[in-house]
Amino acid sequence: MKTSAMSKRKSKESGGANGECISQTFRNKVSELNLQRNCKLETFSCLKVQKLLRERFCHHYATGKLFGMDHQYRHLLELLKRTIVHGESNSALIIGPRGSGKTALLKHVLKEVKEMKQVRENFLEVHLNGLLQTNDKTALKEITRQLHLENVVGDKVFGSFAENLAFLLEALRKGDRTSSCPVLFILDEFDLFVHHKNQTLLYNLFDISQSAQTPVTVIGLTCRQDILELLEKRVKSRFSHRQIYLLNSFDFKQYIRIFKEKLSLPAKYPDEAFAQKWNNNIQHLSEDKTVQDTLQKLFHYSKDLRSLHLLLMLALSNVTVHHPLITASDLHEASKQYRMDSRANIVHEFQKFVQRKAHCMYNFEKPVVMKAFEHLLQLELVKPIERPSVRTQREYLLMKLLLDNNQIMDALQVYPNCPTDIKQWAASSLSWL
Amino acid sequence: MNTRQQSKIIYSWYGKPMSSDRKLRTLQYKGIIIKSEKSRTETCIQLGEFILVEGENADQPFVAQLLDLYEDGAQEKHAVVQWFCHATEIPRNKQKLLKREISPQEVFFDQVSGYDTDIAVETIIKSVTVIPLRLGEELPVTLNKQQTFYVKQSWDGKCFKALSPDTFSKLKEATKKGGGIPNSSNSLTPLDIVSPLKKETEGVVQSVTKQKNVDLEIESKHSASKSSLAKERHSQRMANGIKTPTARKKLQLNSPTRSLKGRLLGSDVLELFDYDCGAVAPLEPSPTKRKVKFSGILGSPPKMPCTKPKATSFDTAEHRQRLSDTIRLSPYSKVDDSSEKAKNLSRKDNTVFSVRLRERQRQSLVLAPHSRRLCAQKTSARIAEQVSILNALELDQEEDFLALSDSSYSLSSNEVENDVVCTPEKKAKSSRTFSTPKSSRKSSVHTPSKTPKKTPSPGKPKTPQNATPEIPRRNHAAQKPASILEEARLRLHVSAVPESLPCREEEFQDIYNFVESKLIDGTGGCMYISGVPGTGKTATVHEVIRSLQQAAENDDLPSFQFIEINGMKLTDPHQAYVQILELLTGQKVTATHAAVLLAKLFSTPGPKRKTTVLIVDELDLLWTRKQNVMYNLFDWPTQKHSKLIILAIANTMDLPERIMMNRVASRLGLTRMSFQPYTYKQLQQIISSRLNSVKAFEEDAIQLVSRKVAALSGDARRCLDICRRATEICEFASRKRTSEIVKMAHVTEAIDEMFSSPYVNAIRNASLHEQIFLKAVLAEFRRAGVEEATVQQIYLQHVALCRIEGMQSPTVSEIMAICSRLGACRLLLVESSDKYLHMRVRLNISQDDVTYALKDE
Repeated sequence: MKTSAMSKRKSKESGGANGECISQTFRNKVSELNLQRNCKLETFSCLKVQKLLRERFCHHYATGKLFGMDHQYRHLLELLKRTIVHGESNSALIIGPRGSGKTALLKHVLKEVKEMKQVRENFLEVHLNGLLQTNDKTALKEITRQLHLENVVGDKVFGSFAENLAFLLEALRKGDRTSSCPVLFILDEFDLFVHHKNQTLLYNLFDISQSAQTPVTVIGLTCRQDILELLEKRVKSRFSHRQIYLLNSFDFKQYIRIFKEKLSLPAKYPDEAFAQKWNNNIQHLSEDKTVQDTLQKLFHYSKDLRSLHLLLMLALSNVTVHHPLITASDLHEASKQYRMDSRANIVHEFQKFVQRKAHCMYNFEKPVVMKAFEHLLQLELVKPIERPSVRTQREYLLMKLLLDNNQIMDALQVYPNCPTDIKQWAASSLSWL
Repeated sequence: MNTRQQSKIIYSWYGKPMSSDRKLRTLQYKGIIIKSEKSRTETCIQLGEFILVEGENADQPFVAQLLDLYEDGAQEKHAVVQWFCHATEIPRNKQKLLKREISPQEVFFDQVSGYDTDIAVETIIKSVTVIPLRLGEELPVTLNKQQTFYVKQSWDGKCFKALSPDTFSKLKEATKKGGGIPNSSNSLTPLDIVSPLKKETEGVVQSVTKQKNVDLEIESKHSASKSSLAKERHSQRMANGIKTPTARKKLQLNSPTRSLKGRLLGSDVLELFDYDCGAVAPLEPSPTKRKVKFSGILGSPPKMPCTKPKATSFDTAEHRQRLSDTIRLSPYSKVDDSSEKAKNLSRKDNTVFSVRLRERQRQSLVLAPHSRRLCAQKTSARIAEQVSILNALELDQEEDFLALSDSSYSLSSNEVENDVVCTPEKKAKSSRTFSTPKSSRKSSVHTPSKTPKKTPSPGKPKTPQNATPEIPRRNHAAQKPASILEEARLRLHVSAVPESLPCREEEFQDIYNFVESKLIDGTGGCMYISGVPGTGKTATVHEVIRSLQQAAENDDLPSFQFIEINGMKLTDPHQAYVQILELLTGQKVTATHAAVLLAKLFSTPGPKRKTTVLIVDELDLLWTRKQNVMYNLFDWPTQKHSKLIILAIANTMDLPERIMMNRVASRLGLTRMSFQPYTYKQLQQIISSRLNSVKAFEEDAIQLVSRKVAALSGDARRCLDICRRATEICEFASRKRTSEIVKMAHVTEAIDEMFSSPYVNAIRNASLHEQIFLKAVLAEFRRAGVEEATVQQIYLQHVALCRIEGMQSPTVSEIMAICSRLGACRLLLVESSDKYLHMRVRLNISQDDVTYALKDE
């Protein structure tokens, strides 16, 4: 897993860490290939289950239940209802670490709100994402587009930024509490909007929400706990200070329950016999000691439900016709895969280059060593301390080892036919390193 | 109208001083000659005539009647006028009093007392026609929309009245005589003095000007239609400006006959024609004029078929009338023509004219859309859907502009374009349809749009000018508050405007007095208002303005114009100019141009200028490196004629000292006011006054909120938000039971929710390894004595801690993941992750907080 090496910011669409995503898609492909091969023999139930569950794990928001956020759910629901039904302006922030279900919460609430009779078609939504609308200008354009105000403008090209702003403010100022359609602004990655110049957009949105204009509700989603400190004082004063925290505040027992519910098949599943069998198996699994251990480890490591999804996904991909039910060993295997140290892995595979390098004192030609060295550089196992400049020759660059001793030792242990001199080198030089 | 053009215009007195006042050292005159050097035209305006006076908005000059002309001791030329006001100058809410449509051509006899009737002569643009009508009368259909106005009623700032018979007859007289002089001091009747006047004029003109078209001057005096001398004129403009006088006459006469008033009967017509001939005959033959007259006649026959299909859309009677007019008129011009025999036709004019002919033919092709547009405007100009049609037509128009600009020399300003457009169309003898397409279009935009300030600028089709943006209406009606709590919540919302602002009485009075005194004095000034957010600065200022407006309505104060800009709602400090100008006059121009226009507006003595009260909210955002925006803002009020009162609002008390240059700060002056944060008693009062009689809160609960907020920030918004949240919590808790009053517990919960630090909770709910990682961070800090560590060091600590706890130690990748997760929550501050193990880590919260959060497990 190269999670850490990836940039800190991950888009929601990519779902969790990028590294996870890559391996996930890879696994999916492999399992799909397997499935294709076995298709003829299939009774289909297996495949169907796999499909169903996979959908559940991949599309986090659309389906599934929310866990441990009833309070927040009701708070948000009430908030939106009041906006839509009474035309009351509001602003709120949903704050929680990544993968804590902020978007899922919002989607659920929106879904429920939309199902209400008095609400249908009675409000407008504007979705903005800090990663997409990187400045106020694009954000304004996006708002205008989503509010369908551009048809008022005709097919004309939009004017300057200043004109856009004046135009939008004018539009929003026209309305009043009782007659205008409420507008719901959803700002994903809210913390990125804070960095816009002067926070103009936020100021204006919050200002509208605090004045007798078109009723608006501004909902920001962010993972930063210090978000309020980032708001400018005027903007902060206009923000209503409603914060909805999502903190994954469940304990291990609830975690097991979530695990069960995630894997269980719904009651109305067509093939009842199979569903029964499957669900029983899941029940057994949840009581199994090794499974609990595995889950415990994961739980200690991260309470994020997305990591659980990933683990279950890996386990699920082992399900085939000959192997129709998930077993404890499947899960264990998956967790092993999941927890594998990516760098150690790489070290393991490219050990031979290290070996050559170690040998270079006597055996190998210079080009071979250089080649090995470049491989190491490419894999980012070593890194030049300074920027590579033209002046210094490559042989004399100061390098930095990006590995911990333990990692090297681990790798050497796994490596089967490791030459003895490398082991010696490791034993001698790494001990004092 | 830029100054360069202005400088080209020479104003000189007409005739000798009629009388002089020794005490006041003034000399009175009976007329003024306006001569534009560039176009080499002259106009003579006499007392009693109606004139257009340059206003703040170049597109909409004021209408006035010239009453007196004099030169004061300082050799400055002055004029005394009687104002007429356009419908757009009347506040919208007052316009409703009329209960009828106001035509853009209609003006009102202005009896508002506040206006200065003494204007500088330099602001006079040209003469126009104002025709008084009885109240019930329809506006006659005119051919010359731009130059003719109608007056039916008078306006005294509060209500509309029918014209008094006296005024009516006076105006009528003035109108009929085309320059009658109601001024009793002048006993001459205009018709009698025509020829002597002319000679006199000639004399004056000869002495002052080098090259003259005297007949032009007379013509323009009589036709009163074409002589917008304040505007730049190139030769083309001139060519049509001196169109055949007979044809012109026809245009003019058309309207009275149509109106069935019979004001100008055949005899009048003849008289005028006679006069015209007489006027022309003794003068030096002006080649250009002859020439154009000639071609005008030539041009008319081919034109007729062109207009016919279009004319069907209007009543044919009118058309016939017009035709007959033309027929009747042509002999005259022919006579004229033959008698004078234009010899020296300037070739330039010739080519110009041929171009125009072609132009005209081309235009006949575009007739259909034009007429369609007119109909559309007439029937349902208010409907927003038509905006698109208008836009399309506007494009047509634009093409016209372009085509014309090819044949003309330069189009420097909108007005010129405007003139150029009207002229060919008038030539096409379909003047009613065509007359001033731009102005009619504009007026149609003016009226429907709720904001008259959003005047479209024809030069910029890019702007979403015609759009009247609106959020769609809601499908279901908003629910009325059902319970006490809901009612309370509604009242506690920041947006709810209270009847009065409690606890700001002193500040209110101070600001009120300041603005009031400036208003009464008719001077300008600045006031700087500071205070932390949520202390009611903007609300108080708005309240002041509201009560001032009330007072102005009750006639206790001179009326004033109120505009507001907000630094936060501008994309760039220089946009402030654009906004101010747009709010003042409705023009939309670029920032630099707006700055020039505003500077001119505030530095020159403008006629009919009201005092302007300008609120500049969030002043600190108007800061630029050179501070010229701020400088200008605070410099204008110090100008003698500006009549500008600025109320600047910002957060910091010492903003002038901190960020402003000395010259800016000194102009801002020392009139300052600072809003102190609310004390708990004041907050309590604010809540109680908002709640009024609604019993939704316990007394103690209100006190708790106010004390808490007062201790933290004194921000009234916060206070109201907490109360609102408390009602929600209360409602939520008491869903089943019936206790419907907010208690201490609810308020405490709301306060906790809003003010509790999220960090401790976040740490407590973090996963075990994340907590261990934080412990490792602390341990590493303690070991190294530095509040910064690399991940590698922390990793070692982490492994050690895991060993103590008897847990399996995580891999490096996992540690990195944990680290980045904590970094994303900003519990930790981490470097960019490309350094992997050597990434440096710091805590974003105090170590004590972390230990506190971890210890409590």
